[in-house]
Amino acid sequence: MTNTNINLTLNIWRQESADAKGDFEQFKVTVSSDASILEMLDELNNKLEKEGKIPIAFESDCREGICGTCGLVVNGHPHGPLPKIATCQLHMRNFKDGETLFIEPFRATAFKVIKDLIVDRSGFDKIQQAGGFVSFNTGSAPDANAIPIPKEIASLALDSAECIGCGACVAACKNSSAMLFVGAKVSQFALLPQGQPERYERVMNMVAAMDEAGFGSCTNTYACEAECPKGISVTNIARMNRDYFMAVIKK
Amino acid sequence: MGWFSKFINSSIGKKFIMAVMGSFLMIFLIIHLIGNFTLFFGPNAFNGYVKTLDSIKPLIRVIEVVLLAAFVFHIYYGTLLWWENKKTQGGKFIGKYKINGSKQNSSFSARTTFITGSIIFIFLVLHLGTFFWRFNVYDPQNLAENHQYFVIVNEFFQIWWYVALYVIAVILLGYHLNHGFQSAFQTFGWNNKKYFPFIQKTGTVYAIIMALGFASMPIYFFFFYGGNL
Repeated sequence: MTNTNINLTLNIWRQESADAKGDFEQFKVTVSSDASILEMLDELNNKLEKEGKIPIAFESDCREGICGTCGLVVNGHPHGPLPKIATCQLHMRNFKDGETLFIEPFRATAFKVIKDLIVDRSGFDKIQQAGGFVSFNTGSAPDANAIPIPKEIASLALDSAECIGCGACVAACKNSSAMLFVGAKVSQFALLPQGQPERYERVMNMVAAMDEAGFGSCTNTYACEAECPKGISVTNIARMNRDYFMAVIKK
Repeated sequence: MGWFSKFINSSIGKKFIMAVMGSFLMIFLIIHLIGNFTLFFGPNAFNGYVKTLDSIKPLIRVIEVVLLAAFVFHIYYGTLLWWENKKTQGGKFIGKYKINGSKQNSSFSARTTFITGSIIFIFLVLHLGTFFWRFNVYDPQNLAENHQYFVIVNEFFQIWWYVALYVIAVILLGYHLNHGFQSAFQTFGWNNKKYFPFIQKTGTVYAIIMALGFASMPIYFFFFYGGNL
C-alpha cells in the first residue's frame, strides 16, 4: 500500500466546559492517508503538547468500531460521511488533498459538552438503568438449544444488539430523539424468550427514562438509521411503539 | 396521573395521537376529493352533490364535529411536539451544527412537516372562511333555492391570488402527506423490511393524487372554465 500524505484544513470545535462559549479553531495538518481520523487528532495533540498548547479533548477506546466511545460529527455527519462505520474507522484516504473538514461534537441539549469534542452521554446510562437488562439470574451458559429460538428471531435480536450506544442517532436527529437507541435496547430482549417476563415493564420504564432525560420525540425522518454506525433499523422503533401500546393496555 | 394521561403525555403517546388524527384526516381527504370531482361534470352535478349532503345534514354535522376535533388535536399536538423538540436542540452553549448533513440523511418532506403544516393551516382558515362560510352560514337558504353552489365556487376560482394560494397550499399538502402517510404506519408500529417500501410508495402515490386532484379544480376553473356559466 502506498503511503501518501495529504494536506487538510481542520476546523475543530473548542469549548472549555458545558457553560462556556465554544468556537471553531483552525489547524493546518499534513497527515498520512492511512491514518484514521483519531490518529490524526493524536498526532495533532502531540504537536500541540510540544508547543505547550492545550490538546484537543476527544473520546476513544477500542478503536475498532465496537465500543461506541468515539463519536465526532465530521462535515455534518455523526461518525463522518461514510455509512456504517464508527469515527475510529474513518480513514483519511476518504478525503481529498486540500479539503476542509469541520469536526464538531454531538449536539443535543441532552448531551452537554464536557470539553471540546467530549459530550456527556449519561442520559443513555439512565435509560439503560431503567430497564435495559434482565433482572433474574440467568446462571451459567445454558446447553445449546436448551431454549429453542428460531434462527430468524435470533438474528433479528442480534441485529438489535449490535447497537453500541454511541449516541449518533441523537446527534443526527433534528429532534435529538433517542428512540433508535431505546428501540434497539428494548427489541434485543423483546425478541428473545429470556426477555419476556419483564417485556412490558421494561418498555414502560425505559420510555419514561428517555422522556425524563430530555430527549425529543421521533418524527420519523429516519436520519438516525442513515447515520447509525451499526445500521440499526427504524423497525426497532416500530417494535418499541408496538410494545409500548401493549404495555399501556396491559400494565 | 391516570394511565391515559400518562400515555398521552409520553413521547410515544403524543406521536400516537398525531398518527390517529392524521389518518382520520387522510381518509377524509379521499372522500372530499371524490365529492369535489363532481365540479368537472357541470353545475347540475355539483349542486346535486351538495344537496345530497344537505339531505343528510344531521349526519354531516356529526362528522364535522369529529373532523374539527381531529384538526384541533392534530394541530395542537403537532405544535406541542415541534415546541418540545425545538428545546431538545441547541441552547446557549450547545449551538447548531456548522455543517448540517440532514439533506443527505432525511427527506425534504420529513424535515418540513411543521412548515408545510403551518401553511396548510393558514390555507385551511381561508378555505373555511370562504367556501364553508358561504355554503353554511351566509344565507344558505338562498343558495339552496337558487342552486348557487357552483356559481360561488366559480366566483372564487376566478380570483388569481386565491387560485395561486390554493395551488401552492395543496402542493405543500402533498409533501405533508408524503411524510404523514408512511409516518402513521411507523408510529403504529406497522413497519417491517418486507412491506414497508410498499407503504412508502403507496404514500407517495396517495400524496401526488391528493395534490394534483385538489389543484386541478382551481386550475380548471381559472384557465379553462372562465366564468362561463
